[in-house]
Amino acid sequence: MRAAVIVFPGSNCDADAALAWEQVTGGTAERIWHETSDLAGAEAIILPGGFAYGDYLRCGALCRFSPAMRAVVAAAGRGLPVLGICNGFQILCEAGLLPGALGRNRSLSFRCETVRVRVENAATAWTGACREGEVLELPIAHGEGCYWLPEEELDALRARGGVAFRYCDAAGRADPGANPNGSVDNIAGICNAQGNVVGLMPHPERAAEALLGGTDGAAILRSALRLARAGAMARG
Amino acid sequence: MAAAAAPAAANPPRWEAVGLHADEYRDITARLGREPNDVELGLFGAMWSEHCSYKSSRAYLGRLPSRAPQVLVGPGENAGVLDLGGGHAVALRMESHNHPSAVEPFQGAATGVGGILRDIFTMGARPVALLDGLRFGPPDAARNRHLAVGVTRGIGHYGNCVGVPTVGGETTFDPLYAENPLVNVMCVGYLERAHLQLGAAPGPGNGIFLIGNRTGRDGIHGASLLASQGFRESAAELRPAVQVGDPFVGKLLIEACLELAASGRLRGLNDLGAAGITSAASETAGRAGTGVLLDLDRVPCREPGMSAYEILLSESQERMLLIAAPEDEDYVVGVCRHWGLEAARVGTVTDDGRLRVVMGGVPRADVPARHLSHGAPKYRRPARLPEAPVPWRPDPQQYPDLRPQEAQAAAIELLRRPTLASKRWLYRQYDHQVQAGTVLPPGAGDAAVLRHRPTGQGVALSLDMGGRLPALDPYGGAALLVAEGARNVGCAGGRPLGLTNCLNFPSPERPEVMGAFIRTIDGIAAACRRLGIPVTGGNVSFYNETGGRSIHPTPAIGMLGLLPDAGCARGSGAKAAGHGLWCIGPLGRARLDGSEYQGLRWGLCAGAPLRPQWGIERALLALLAEGPALASAHDVADGGLVAALAEVVLTAPARGIGLDVALPAPRGRGQAARLDDLLFGEGPGRVLVTVRDGTELQAACAGLGLACRRLGASTGDGVVRIAVGGQPLIRLGPGELAAWEEALPTCLD
Repeated sequence: MRAAVIVFPGSNCDADAALAWEQVTGGTAERIWHETSDLAGAEAIILPGGFAYGDYLRCGALCRFSPAMRAVVAAAGRGLPVLGICNGFQILCEAGLLPGALGRNRSLSFRCETVRVRVENAATAWTGACREGEVLELPIAHGEGCYWLPEEELDALRARGGVAFRYCDAAGRADPGANPNGSVDNIAGICNAQGNVVGLMPHPERAAEALLGGTDGAAILRSALRLARAGAMARG
Repeated sequence: MAAAAAPAAANPPRWEAVGLHADEYRDITARLGREPNDVELGLFGAMWSEHCSYKSSRAYLGRLPSRAPQVLVGPGENAGVLDLGGGHAVALRMESHNHPSAVEPFQGAATGVGGILRDIFTMGARPVALLDGLRFGPPDAARNRHLAVGVTRGIGHYGNCVGVPTVGGETTFDPLYAENPLVNVMCVGYLERAHLQLGAAPGPGNGIFLIGNRTGRDGIHGASLLASQGFRESAAELRPAVQVGDPFVGKLLIEACLELAASGRLRGLNDLGAAGITSAASETAGRAGTGVLLDLDRVPCREPGMSAYEILLSESQERMLLIAAPEDEDYVVGVCRHWGLEAARVGTVTDDGRLRVVMGGVPRADVPARHLSHGAPKYRRPARLPEAPVPWRPDPQQYPDLRPQEAQAAAIELLRRPTLASKRWLYRQYDHQVQAGTVLPPGAGDAAVLRHRPTGQGVALSLDMGGRLPALDPYGGAALLVAEGARNVGCAGGRPLGLTNCLNFPSPERPEVMGAFIRTIDGIAAACRRLGIPVTGGNVSFYNETGGRSIHPTPAIGMLGLLPDAGCARGSGAKAAGHGLWCIGPLGRARLDGSEYQGLRWGLCAGAPLRPQWGIERALLALLAEGPALASAHDVADGGLVAALAEVVLTAPARGIGLDVALPAPRGRGQAARLDDLLFGEGPGRVLVTVRDGTELQAACAGLGLACRRLGASTGDGVVRIAVGGQPLIRLGPGELAAWEEALPTCLD
């Protein structure tokens, strides 16, 4: 299965995402430069972490003007699985594919550490290989991961199952002490109404190899594969 | 040639304004055949500054052994390069950015990171790791907190944005550095041997290109004013001389340069650091024996109306100089444009050996290139060698031994010291995982370990910096650091391959400083010869002093080692309950001289540190690299045995690990005579290992002639229990151990 990894000037986790996709799914990952709108026939799209455009104006703010991002928006509309990791999550919110915004960590400092998240919705394109309630250990590395949404929109998001991951403790409780950045309701990742676009602050591509500390991220990447296979079976 | 003091005058002589001495001015004039004009004087002022020319240290750096089969590029280029086999190589270098960080900690540290990154990718190597050695004054003073916080944020800002993981380093807090913080940054990068780039400008007729940021007025004379003198004026006045970094452009520059290097179409590549275009142009010509003709009208400038002087000496960051054939100009510009960078052809390589500068059609400078880049005098300044250090013989009345019932409190207080406490407050601000290659992250082992993807080898990295011990014994202290770096790499599972270094000293114009410097070089050289480790290059930072207060000799050693298989990387903490705990090496070979405990208990730094015993060090390295498999290995260093034992638990990967330890009673005479010697004394050549079954270990140690003593075992209750001579003295449970974790956040947050 082919994935497109979109690369903006300043993206720096694109190689990691491409490699992890290939290792976990056995498919191919094509790195797509922001200036082209040709997604090379990709069946899944990953927006990787980094500092696209140097975080100019706001994190991820400028990406939506690029040809690649316009193609991503169109593909998302057609139901293609789209995963936004860290900066990628910020880009999805700025592009209007996901609601809300990511602001500065409550601690005001960059945090690089391993956290736990609970899978809240196992029916999205990127959590199909997980179980609802499953606790995953995933690394984070960000200074602006504090997710926010006005109260009424937050209620609507929750009501439609839009929360994909919450920060939690070892026992799976969404304890404020387990929240590394102060995000509202311990939200670590969300999805759109259709369930094909998912954004999360933790880095699943950094937890796809035992040698590097853990493999809980592999299930997230594998989920898209599962979806493709199910789709293929449905099509006959 | 001795440097004469410039004569005092109502109007200071023109050479003083650029930091030159009268003798140097005479030499320049003689070689030019005339007096230099103002622009040319500025060029020499920058290039012959201590920071750029190494004039006070070059005469001695040749004593460092730098040749070995694995050294592909030794000292003299932008970075050293070591062979990894199979057509692969690794570049490494360490640099200091002490003075800018003292003035503006955030940008000083950030641009230090930017600069060392450029030294690596200018070789055609992709930067894959950063380490930093930091020295601050005690954090109870607001100014020191300000520096520590600013420097940490600056390192994180640049490294994280550029996507290079910061994987290790060392930080201590000591009154020695209160006015003079130290920021040493090391970078390591991977390259293919076929894509190695050198910083030379061959081929008369080739084009000289400037790529990256536009040139502005920032940082002019940063090298000569900041890095080559002690601070006399207020730091704020020097702020215009501090450079400002842009890691976003830095990242684009990395990608563009690596793409160009891999194309095979570059003839030369050099970074613009201290002294900007001047150093890049003159060094590349100087190395190749060619000349350069620069047209400053072609240099993209950030501000209008910049003078030739300003353009030539600007230290605007994120700029690179490259040499390419004229027919490759379109290709070069095309690659740069793809990455959103400006590229301009600013000159031509010539064959006349001169640096010639033209602006507005008018010649502005015409000097011999190699004289500018390599012609600074090699000073042998007056040196007073340090006296041989005398071991501390504490009068038992004035400096009583620890009473058994005091051991517990002393242990807790020691672990809380900022120097020994957990550094997680710092490294959690650094992305240590980007590039998916970090096998042993910060805090997990005595060295960081990276995975080299093409060969599956592990690259172990350790940065060790002296302070207290080199202050007492420059020669021995330096040798100890090399031994410690090698041991750290060994504990993580590697064999040392090569090292880089940074030597931080006060003014070389003082004979005792020069003497300490020479002995430091000798100590490093001796250790390298005994351990078979080449020096691939490094950096010297003089003039670390402010208003009469100066640092002590502070060498920093950046050690690189190799593991055949990255998967065999070994942590420092016990992995499971029920493993035997062993001390390899002479358990009791320790003393309080210069130790953290001596400082804590009596506010002293006195005596003579124990020097390495090379037979033991070599045997340890052989055991750690080729001996039986061990669950963990941890070097005994600052804080002595008690600190090391606590660290075996504090760095354990699993929760709930404890240790039951039985130490022999102090002997009452000879080494480890007193209880405090035994518990907190410091000495080289000792490693704490855990292993499920110690049979093979004992046999291997016997075969190598290494002392080997079982001290106890790991437990599952999370408590460190230490008994001495059968008497339980120290009990560190989760509550007591938490002090180690909390110390830095408590004083820095």
